[in-house]
Amino acid sequence: MIPGTFVYHRPGTVQEAVALLADHGEEARPLAGGHSLIPMMKLRMAAPEHLVDLRGIGALKTIAEDGGDIVIGAAVTQAQAIASDLLAARLPIIRGTALQIADPQIRYLGTLGGNVANGDPGNDMPAVMQCLGARYVAEGPDGVREIPAAEFYLGPYATALAPAEILTAIRVPAPPAGHGWAYEKLKRKVGDYATAAAAVVLTLAAGKVATCAIALTNLGPTPLLANAAAAGLVGSNLAPADVKAAADAAKAITDPAGDGRGPPAYRREMAGVMVARALTRAAQRAANGA
Amino acid sequence: MTDQIPISITVNGRSVRRFVDPRLLLIHFLREDLGLTGAHIGCETSHCGACTVDLDGMSVKSCTMFAAQADGATITTIEGMANPDGTLSVLQESFRQMHGLQCGYCTPGMIMRASVLLRENPDPTDDEVRQGIAGNLCRCTGYQNIVKAVRHAAAVINGRPSQEAAE
Repeated sequence: MIPGTFVYHRPGTVQEAVALLADHGEEARPLAGGHSLIPMMKLRMAAPEHLVDLRGIGALKTIAEDGGDIVIGAAVTQAQAIASDLLAARLPIIRGTALQIADPQIRYLGTLGGNVANGDPGNDMPAVMQCLGARYVAEGPDGVREIPAAEFYLGPYATALAPAEILTAIRVPAPPAGHGWAYEKLKRKVGDYATAAAAVVLTLAAGKVATCAIALTNLGPTPLLANAAAAGLVGSNLAPADVKAAADAAKAITDPAGDGRGPPAYRREMAGVMVARALTRAAQRAANGA
Repeated sequence: MTDQIPISITVNGRSVRRFVDPRLLLIHFLREDLGLTGAHIGCETSHCGACTVDLDGMSVKSCTMFAAQADGATITTIEGMANPDGTLSVLQESFRQMHGLQCGYCTPGMIMRASVLLRENPDPTDDEVRQGIAGNLCRCTGYQNIVKAVRHAAAVINGRPSQEAAE
């Protein structure tokens, strides 16, 4: 379990990091919390010749409000997100999801940027970010651009990020006060990826669904936005038949792999259960004003 | 081959400077370079928590971190947990009294994790202790007496009578 050899770099700015990645091309990888990359390196499934450690870049570690957006630095750790009063007040789904990721030790080091940029369909934050309509800020040799989370994921470990680009921040439009949210994750044990998981963000008006977004984790090669399922709920009062129809519509877009977490048919069924639970819980939270 | 790089780390109050291979994992640095074999190598896959150490007030799995990443950090391992006079700290004594260990392999990681947990949450419930040590596996105890040990330590530290008794 000894990783291959590599040259270690610790740049102090995003620009220096981008220059290093551009210089070394495919042989270089950025290192944030390292809890996806280092295990892969120990198994020699990844063997980068250059590691660009981002931890010296203080600008990546802040959480701030900017206009209508909450801007989360890419190197903000899960533990930092859990402890953030701003996120607890404005984006409670991020805290609620972070608490379901891995275990305390891993959450001290694992970052939100790593979780969303890694491209593993088992990562939890991508579906949440899709639900929230987040945009990822990427900086590369050609400058800065924003990529909607909904368009970022191309396949397992394949994302819209160019090789020399670094994800520097996540911009989340703050949902209105009193919105409902839930991240329901079925997992075999602490530290496991989801057997099936569903994120929901919704708003209610006079007891009926005004807006709704649903996204799914680990039920296909990428996170999945269940747009049809969500659209069908607008105007409904989330009666059991409405919830079942949404769960069925969400199940229809899943394409889960069969693995130790169960065969595809089981995981698809659990996708429906997670969607139904997430909708119910989100509606309760919206009704309670929290 | 790649060049060694200089690192400077404070370990158990001692300042340490070394040149290390970039690929050297922190657990190997602690055990092999510094001879601190209290932190254990269990699964080597960041699941079991036997290698947990305190790094700048965070519990980290030292098998999933390069020593180079710890440059500038302050680390405490189980060897640094006893009182200055060599007697056991409250948490260590609580594990002994509550039988919070059987084979002892997970114990250094459990104690290092529990110490940070109690710093962040000085009076945790049973459930909070279980959530807090969710990244540490024990294959002997069934966790009952580990939870009791942490709660007992919390009671002693908070100066109130402990409700705990070992099973």
